[in-house]
Amino acid sequence: MSDATVAARQVRYEQKLFWRNPASAFFAFLFPIIFLVVFATIFKDTNAPVNGVKVKYDDYYIPALVTFGVIGACFTNIAASISIRRDDGILKRLRGTPLPPWAFLAGVIGSSVIVSVLLVVLTVGFGVLVYGVHLPNHFGPLLLSLAVGAMTFCALGLAMTVAIPNAEAAPAIVNGVLLPVVFISGTFFPIDPTSVVTKIAEYFPVKHFINALFTAFDPAHQSATGFVGNDLLIMAAWGVVGIVIAVRRFRWEPRRT
Amino acid sequence: MAAIVVSDLRKSYGALEAVRGVSFEVKEGEVFGLLGPNGAGKTTIVEILEGYRQRDSGDVSVLGQDPRTAGRSLRERVGLVLQEAAVPPLLTARELIEMYRGYYPHPRPTGEVLELVGLSEKADERVRRLSGGQQRRLDVALGLVGDPELIFLDEPTTGFDPSARRNAWEVVRNMRTLGKTIVLTTHYMDEAEHLADRICVIAQGRVVAEDTPGNLRARTVGQTQIRFSVPQGVRMEDIPVKADVRDGTAVIATSTATRTVNELTTWALGRGIELPNLEVVRPTLEDVYLELTSDE
Repeated sequence: MSDATVAARQVRYEQKLFWRNPASAFFAFLFPIIFLVVFATIFKDTNAPVNGVKVKYDDYYIPALVTFGVIGACFTNIAASISIRRDDGILKRLRGTPLPPWAFLAGVIGSSVIVSVLLVVLTVGFGVLVYGVHLPNHFGPLLLSLAVGAMTFCALGLAMTVAIPNAEAAPAIVNGVLLPVVFISGTFFPIDPTSVVTKIAEYFPVKHFINALFTAFDPAHQSATGFVGNDLLIMAAWGVVGIVIAVRRFRWEPRRT
Repeated sequence: MAAIVVSDLRKSYGALEAVRGVSFEVKEGEVFGLLGPNGAGKTTIVEILEGYRQRDSGDVSVLGQDPRTAGRSLRERVGLVLQEAAVPPLLTARELIEMYRGYYPHPRPTGEVLELVGLSEKADERVRRLSGGQQRRLDVALGLVGDPELIFLDEPTTGFDPSARRNAWEVVRNMRTLGKTIVLTTHYMDEAEHLADRICVIAQGRVVAEDTPGNLRARTVGQTQIRFSVPQGVRMEDIPVKADVRDGTAVIATSTATRTVNELTTWALGRGIELPNLEVVRPTLEDVYLELTSDE
């Protein structure tokens, strides 16, 4: 069997593992939709100032919550599931087989990307059908932004495992790192672009992911191309940092106590 | 031909010298028992051979390759069963074996592997519904599935109940009949005695004995004990052979048990004394082991 076939089979096994934990699979998909329903209800018929124009709140939330969902499927899911399997000795055992490490990681990342794609379709579909949000105006840039975002947050998820000492600590550390950044990046409501909070958020990838998707959806037809190179570059830079940390410091064995 | 050659292996963790100059050879096709108490350095030695840990010094050859640098080509020929069963709970036994089959160039058939570890009936159960012993056997199946030439079994029966241990021993014997070389780590003397062709006893990071179970047992010559309860009215000086009396029990150590028993019984019969609870006790390998591994 060729290595590419082995990698493809790893994606399939990762998918099986994902869907056989129905509770976590269910919430991965439901979470962004719950947020959408809550915010759409609170901010019914109001407008949000984004990038100097006013758009419907719902049109802002779709890109923001898609971002939230993809980060959950990539960053949170990888950081947590790898930490658990490392603690259980499953990674150590795999490392003793001829399975190439890249094929294992390709399986993990490939599976997260499949989940992300389903999640985007479901969230956008729900928004369009129930709240009448605009379909994305620039499909190519949307796919490109999603691809860069998914890869970046998969890489950061792998890098995150380096800082997680054991499986019990995983949720606290992952949420402790992620939620403040998600919050200041305006995932739940747009934040004044001139505020200090936004200045800080601009150093992190979440804000740029939201902005990249918003620009691709482009509900107010402001953008000719559908993407802002800067957003993609800053995200990709974080992705590269994640990859470097993961390649150098990834651990296959539980930490000895 | 040696499957494994280890010479003057050393490994420290900080100030702790875990392995202090260990040398041994494992022949092709034999079951080699690495025996020692917890913390003796067995797992460190095995993990160096498996390629998980780097040695500080010494030479190591596993199937003709250095595990430090060998990588994938060696992993294709070696099967591992680590100290803790590590099987993902949400796959079935069959799916897991199928998954591992894909990693090896010449895997054994799934059905055969399941049969070998006695899990044919449980093939389509999810792993989390298997008992601890069954999960451990599945773990052994994963070590076998690549049809390796050499298998490391690190404490395969720790925590098993007696019947599960017997089953696991049967699996190891099955593997031996397939012609595999097996390195078995254990802290159970009886396990090494039942399964191993040769036993290497490790204590405090050193080899304290390396021999066949029979020869190790031969070390017990001279340590046979004769015991009996001292009857009323018999004084220590009356007993015709040198004996220690503790709590009313006389204990005689001897290398010539037949003659000593004869002297004792002749004396007792002549005086019309019955010797209550008379017994002759051959020391077990366990005693040899405890003596070898006790702190100097």
